[in-house]
Parts: sequence; structure tokens; C-alpha cells
Amino acid sequence: MARKMKIRAWDNGKSTSIKAIIFHPMETGLRKDKKTGKKIPGHYITEVKCEHNGKNILTCLWGPGVSKNPFLSFSFNGAKKGDDVKISWVDNQGGKGGTTAKIS
Amino acid sequence: MDTSRRIILKASMAAGTLAVAAGANLLTPSTVLAAWPAKAFKATKIDVAMDAMTGKGRPTPSADIKVEAPDIAENGAVVSVKIKTTLPKVESISIYVPVNAFPLSASYILSNQMETSITGRIKMAKTADIVAIVKSNGKLYTAKKGVKVTLGGCGG
Repeated sequence: MARKMKIRAWDNGKSTSIKAIIFHPMETGLRKDKKTGKKIPGHYITEVKCEHNGKNILTCLWGPGVSKNPFLSFSFNGAKKGDDVKISWVDNQGGKGGTTAKIS
Repeated sequence: MDTSRRIILKASMAAGTLAVAAGANLLTPSTVLAAWPAKAFKATKIDVAMDAMTGKGRPTPSADIKVEAPDIAENGAVVSVKIKTTLPKVESISIYVPVNAFPLSASYILSNQMETSITGRIKMAKTADIVAIVKSNGKLYTAKKGVKVTLGGCGG
């Protein structure tokens, strides 16, 4: 399975805006496979950590109620162009991913 | 003699791979975060989820929290929600959908660098209120917004 994500970080004049999308099935564990009638096991991201220059700025705790391919958007203060923003995630099956972007 | 030498070689190679694997494990960035509140996320009733997430105290309604979501969502699997607040010292923002199998959708823990506006996408089983709970300065506040869902997003 492709474990990819996209992240954009830019200076909006007064703060830094972040937009991120993580490609993940976010399976609830309640859905049934139409062919076999068996439940599809839950597979969802549980935690997402956003860091600015190694300092934690936002922790997201997610459950199966978050949509497939989760999207996240927020702004924060105290950063400048060229700084690193890192977003990393873990899911309930032990999968993980993450990426770093430079603020533009 | 030759065979035992082979065995020793094999054994030492296996041990080598194990050591590398253990090393790699240690080197991966610490994605081990604060404990995920399983009890709150697995609760099937909003009250139980709220107890597990923020304790027994119930939030007071506040006009300083805005829940921005569409009035009508055609697809309950993807409902865009923006929670915005002007309350001071926001510590966390949680989003609940009371009618979902698991009412707690997401919870965000904010540092003091954060601006208090977060956008995400959640699933909704059917027409309901989206409930936002904001912890500000140690107290709980809430606001909600009704969304009409024409196609449920938690279907089986």
C-alpha cells in the first residue's frame, strides 16, 4: 500500500499556514466486504504530530470517524521562511509515515 | 570441522541481522507519542467518550466557538469541518458526532504557538449536530452545528 502524504507550509504574512493530506484508507472496522460478508478490520490513523524546528506545535488524536485520506489545515505563529515543519503519523496497525516541508 | 564452521558463520550472520534490525528500530524518529485515549475513541455513547476524554465536567455553551460545516452534506463520508474560537489559552479542541458508532471523531492538542482554528474532514452516519468541545484556560466550552446528511458515511 502506498503510504504517502502531501504537505504545504507557507508564510501568509502574519503567521504560517499548513495544509496536509495523508493518503490512508481510514477503515472503521464496521464495514463489511460485499463479496465475503466479513468485516473489514479497522485500519486508521490514531495520532498525528506536527513539529516546527523539532518543537511540538499540534498533536492530533484521531479515531475511525475521520474521513479517508485525512486532510488537516491550521496556522501557527513564531516561525519564519525556511524553517522546517515536520508531520508524522502512526496508525492502529503499527504503520507510520511522515514528511518534512520548508516554510515558503 | 568444515560444517561446524559454517554453522558458526550462519549463526553470527543471523545475530548480525538482528542487531541491525534493533538498531534501525532505535534510530527511527520518535513517533511514540502521548497515549492514544482508546477508551474515549471506542466509546459508543457521547457521554462515555466525554468522560474518558475530558472528565466528568460538562462544557458550557459558548458563542466564542464557531463550527463551520455545510448545512447539507451530500456525502457523509467526507464532511469538511472548521472549528474556530476566540477563547483564550486553548489547550484542546475535540470534535464529536453523537449519532456515529464512535461519537468521538478527533481531538487536537494545541501548543501556545497555534492559532485557534483547525480544519479537517470527518465522517457522519446521518443528519446530526457536530459538537465541538474546547478546553480553554482549564474550563470546557462547547458549540454545535447541525448538518443534514443525505448519504451516510459509516455504512456497512
